[in-house]
Amino acid sequence: MNTFAERFSVSGSAAEIRRAKEVIGEDDDFTGVMWGSAGGFGNLSKGVPTFSVPSVPDPTDFLRLHTDDHADPSCKIKIKHGTTTLAFRFQGGVIVAVDSRATAGSYVASGTVKKVIEINPYLLGTMAGGAADCQYWETYLGIECRLHELRNRERISVAAASKYLSNLVYSYKGMGLSMGTMICGWDKTGPAIFYVDSDGTRLKGDLFSVGSGSTFAYGVLDQGYRWDLTDEEAQELGRRSIYAAGHRDAFSGNTINLYHVKQDGWKFIGNYDVSEMHYNGPGGTGGYGYGVRVEGRTSANPAS
Amino acid sequence: MPDGSYAHPQQRQFNPYTENGGTILAIAGADFTVIAGDTRQSEGYSIQTRYAPKVFRLTDRAVLAVNGFAADGNMFVKTVKQRLEWYRHAHAKDMPLRAIARLIQTMLYARRFFPYYVYNILGGIEEDGSGAVYSFDPVGSYEREACRAAGAAQSLVQPFLDNQIYFRNQTPAPGTSHPTHLPLPDVLAIVIDSFTSATERHIEVGDGLEMYVVLAKGRSTQELASIRGAQELTPKEGGDRIFVIRRELKKD
Repeated sequence: MNTFAERFSVSGSAAEIRRAKEVIGEDDDFTGVMWGSAGGFGNLSKGVPTFSVPSVPDPTDFLRLHTDDHADPSCKIKIKHGTTTLAFRFQGGVIVAVDSRATAGSYVASGTVKKVIEINPYLLGTMAGGAADCQYWETYLGIECRLHELRNRERISVAAASKYLSNLVYSYKGMGLSMGTMICGWDKTGPAIFYVDSDGTRLKGDLFSVGSGSTFAYGVLDQGYRWDLTDEEAQELGRRSIYAAGHRDAFSGNTINLYHVKQDGWKFIGNYDVSEMHYNGPGGTGGYGYGVRVEGRTSANPAS
Repeated sequence: MPDGSYAHPQQRQFNPYTENGGTILAIAGADFTVIAGDTRQSEGYSIQTRYAPKVFRLTDRAVLAVNGFAADGNMFVKTVKQRLEWYRHAHAKDMPLRAIARLIQTMLYARRFFPYYVYNILGGIEEDGSGAVYSFDPVGSYEREACRAAGAAQSLVQPFLDNQIYFRNQTPAPGTSHPTHLPLPDVLAIVIDSFTSATERHIEVGDGLEMYVVLAKGRSTQELASIRGAQELTPKEGGDRIFVIRRELKKD
């Protein structure tokens, strides 16, 4: 079942063949196909992604030793982490809202990350956990979805796309991938959301929030959620929920990216600065945080 | 033991990485990009060399800066150049910048389970003639930005860049607004100031500074004429042009 372990194990028949190739001098990394028109295809030129693995008894241990910043904050390779993402289904489609902060340890590595990955015009994926894992595998999922369209003359369902991804990451289970994603879209069955993570979990649902700030987002989301929300109400709820997480979770913040998926595909609604939302609100219509706390109570507002 | 065996269990770790210090930085303008790096290479508190380039020309419109573990960085640049040459043989043209960015992602991610300990910043000119900077983490997540600092003095330089390039926490004078792109002389001045300041406050930064300037096709080189020692690397005119400017940094 675990093809990945077999592919890279240091014992067994596959390893024997690999060792023999090394003795003969066949370079596994670069095949003839890379000289041709597939020359720009990175590690995909063989049709399936190929990976180098250190020749140590336990490659997973090696990776954890050098990259896991939870176990060891002083490790050298810091992979970007920290997030709040949410998606919910309602009468008018799917709302997807995310923050834009990426942290490496306690350093804010970026405040402008695109955590919504546009898989194709009908599918969105969200990014939580390892930034590279989500970006790479959801782009790869986009390739496979397009191939599905060409082979079957119809768009892939959200269920099938999400299952493709979950089976894919499951084959790497235990190797150190880290992703928590929501695959959102509109297919024959209507609006759909699937939660997929690197443990292999795949859940269908109406409402999810993922990441370090998810508890704060859930707090706002759950109390404001109804199926028959209007489009504007739903967008406001998504925005307000990410704001709450950005405000209370140190690993989330900077800006909010808001998407709305409808029958004819997804639409980017806007990018909103969290601090701007705190003081002034969307379009200057009233801040989410500041006014309600100080109005009429401090010298900051002597008029009221 | 006399026979070469051990009396006690031995534990070993495979530790193929070191940190070689230094800092790199790139800033995109409207129709140009500046990619810079210092040239000091150190290990711990020892300086290994005062001239180890970290910035490399890939094509006539793309420059790659690498930082982190020097051996990994040099190997990575070598393989990227090799892949770009193969692309040139297959397609009889240079790979566009956004494609190089995606290639770097897949090449880094191919080592997801045995990463290159390298932070990459790719700068150059897009096919539409605009200046662009792409920054990467060691396993390949990337993003297009207007400016980015990486390496030892990242946390010293990036806040300065945020303030001077993105005008963070600056309020424009009433009736005015901040420019979206800065002119080349301003950008070069900011880059030089970033590195002299980082040299003052970080022990792993110093010795020399190399700034690569990529100019879009047809853009005037007027502003570079007044810059001391700007040396052109692209032989032919009529395309995008790359210049390198070298400066000394403090050596203590």
